[in-house]
Amino acid sequence: MDYFIELLFSGLTRGSIYALIALGYTMVYGIIGLINFAHGEIYMIGAYTALIISTVLSIYGLPPLAILALTSLAAALWAAAYGFTVERLAYRPLRNAPRLSPLISAIGMSIFLQNFVLLAQTSDFQPFPSLIPEFAFMEPFAAVIGSKDLIILAVAALVMILLTFMIKFTRTGKAMRATSQDRKMALLVGINVDNIISITFLIGSALAAIGGLLIASHVGQINYSIGFIAGIKAFTAAVLGGIGSIPGAVLGSFVLGLTEAFATGYVSSDYEDAFAFALLVLILIFRPAGLLGKAAIDKV
Amino acid sequence: MSTLKDIRKAIGIGLWFMFLTFPLLVIKVNPVEKTVIWRWHTMFLVGVASFGVYLLSRIVLTRRDARQERIRLGQEQETTKSNLRFFTAPQFRLLLAGTGLLFVLVFPALFSTYQINIMITALMYVVLGLGLNIVVGVAGLLNLGYVAFYAVGAYTYALLHLHFCLGFWTVLPIGGLLGAVFGILLGFPILRLRGDYLAIVTLGFGEIIRLVLENWNEFSQGPSGIADIPRPGFFGIDMSLETAIIYLYYLMICMVIFTIFVVNRLQNSRIGRAWFALREDEIACQAMGIDKTRTKLTAFALGATWAGMAGVFFAAKTTFINPASFTFIESAIILCIVVLGGMGSIVGVIVGAFVLILVPEYLRVFADYRMLVFGAVLVVMMLLRPQGIVANVRRTYPQP
Repeated sequence: MDYFIELLFSGLTRGSIYALIALGYTMVYGIIGLINFAHGEIYMIGAYTALIISTVLSIYGLPPLAILALTSLAAALWAAAYGFTVERLAYRPLRNAPRLSPLISAIGMSIFLQNFVLLAQTSDFQPFPSLIPEFAFMEPFAAVIGSKDLIILAVAALVMILLTFMIKFTRTGKAMRATSQDRKMALLVGINVDNIISITFLIGSALAAIGGLLIASHVGQINYSIGFIAGIKAFTAAVLGGIGSIPGAVLGSFVLGLTEAFATGYVSSDYEDAFAFALLVLILIFRPAGLLGKAAIDKV
Repeated sequence: MSTLKDIRKAIGIGLWFMFLTFPLLVIKVNPVEKTVIWRWHTMFLVGVASFGVYLLSRIVLTRRDARQERIRLGQEQETTKSNLRFFTAPQFRLLLAGTGLLFVLVFPALFSTYQINIMITALMYVVLGLGLNIVVGVAGLLNLGYVAFYAVGAYTYALLHLHFCLGFWTVLPIGGLLGAVFGILLGFPILRLRGDYLAIVTLGFGEIIRLVLENWNEFSQGPSGIADIPRPGFFGIDMSLETAIIYLYYLMICMVIFTIFVVNRLQNSRIGRAWFALREDEIACQAMGIDKTRTKLTAFALGATWAGMAGVFFAAKTTFINPASFTFIESAIILCIVVLGGMGSIVGVIVGAFVLILVPEYLRVFADYRMLVFGAVLVVMMLLRPQGIVANVRRTYPQP
């Protein structure tokens, strides 16, 4: 039973991290109908920025909590800046191009960013400092859930609540919903669509960076290629829940996280990554619209 | 006026990129020893480079726009066509093809084994590029797991030789056939998917194949791979290593010519037309009475066939294969060949393969930057010249 609970929490932790990345995919897809292949790379850049900033800060001897706060801020800031720049450079000029063009451009961007970090930093795995402190009151439960898992769950929940609030009740959120429903109509009622798309990229990238920071301090090491697998898994989660739907992305992430945790726990850990892919293929065969998505009807 | 504004904007862009690349390019940390290396000069370089690139692109684009405006107003004739008339003339094409063929035939006599090996690799990528071109360029289905079929071909040869001692010539058609079977296997679940889903699922499929090859030790000998795969034989005659490589080179040439012939015929066939129609508009294509399912599956199967056969050649060339040769990077390179050369254009794909395989080989100094450039090429081509180096000329029929 303990093993089961351990796997359950491990699945929830995984799920909440996937959710942070999947939200970026699903928001961008909802608004411009593009799979942002470079999103996994943004996540990786967020994690790398966190590694660099936190190491520099720890050399200057700041207290751990200040390091955590400043590092999160820096990671989110730079990841958002990268997301913004990628959109401006590689996607915006292609907004009216055939469907294949922005997709290829996105793949190119992903390869470019990955190799940019490889060349600018190193190809080796680098140890990631444990930014999250251990809590004393968690000691009795250490066997089933660690302090880090708790923090990850709490941060993910907080971020999702804030995001939902923002999209439901703020002016920007309203504009985002309008843009995703009908871009031309949104333009007609005076929404600056370009700005809304930029904001979407900024938010999605910042979330991915927070996810990157959390997962990196959970796993304890990073390198330039972590974005690829994480990106695909988060995408799988987004598709599982129904791409374009924000609650769907969260639900899909938890389903994927739990599936992976139990599959690796009870079946085999060799094929950890293959489970996600297999799940993706299965959903697309049997329910291409996802769990919460609506089937799209092509109108001519 | 506009130049001043441009310069101001260029400075802004320079500063933005300096900010953007600051943590990753300037700071290099060692988290274990807690040391930091500051590389301020890179920041300066990034600033200057982005400033320059922006100004240059402004100048080029302004000129292009101005010229197009003049053409639109009729003040200037479209010059490109008359300039290109010589190059598109049938005599010139024949001349070019003849020279090319001659060069290709005498190539082994002129260059060392090392060069021949590089050339074989380039030719292999021509076949792969032409195969992927069927799927991506002609039928418009973005396949990011193309390398999986390549792996299927290579492992077919390696395993059939290991267990049943089958030779190269027996396995070559089997490899192609198995490639096609896997193409259909992959094609079935994703028939209903549109472009972007398709891309991700094919990517996942490619990774699954690699993961299976890596982890299923009893079947594929895992990450350690399979060694001692024989090179193709010639009626059982023993050949020295050099002769064997030259022989393989000529086989590869035949293979490329065969591929070009088949792909060219396919494009002008009924099924080829159906692929073009599918690429342009799926709904309209269905409305014209084209069986979408069959068209998509044949595209996948026929594209995969070439990858399967190229895989057999790959195994025969390197005589050792392991799953590490079949990563996503490989798929990306092949995609890059198709995109750079020109989607749908056979000549384009050949040019693309030679450029992307030979240039990095001979510019070893920049070998580290190879993938960086590949990524940039994909983006820049999409932005500036989505039709590729050699644009695919659509066949037109005279009005009756």
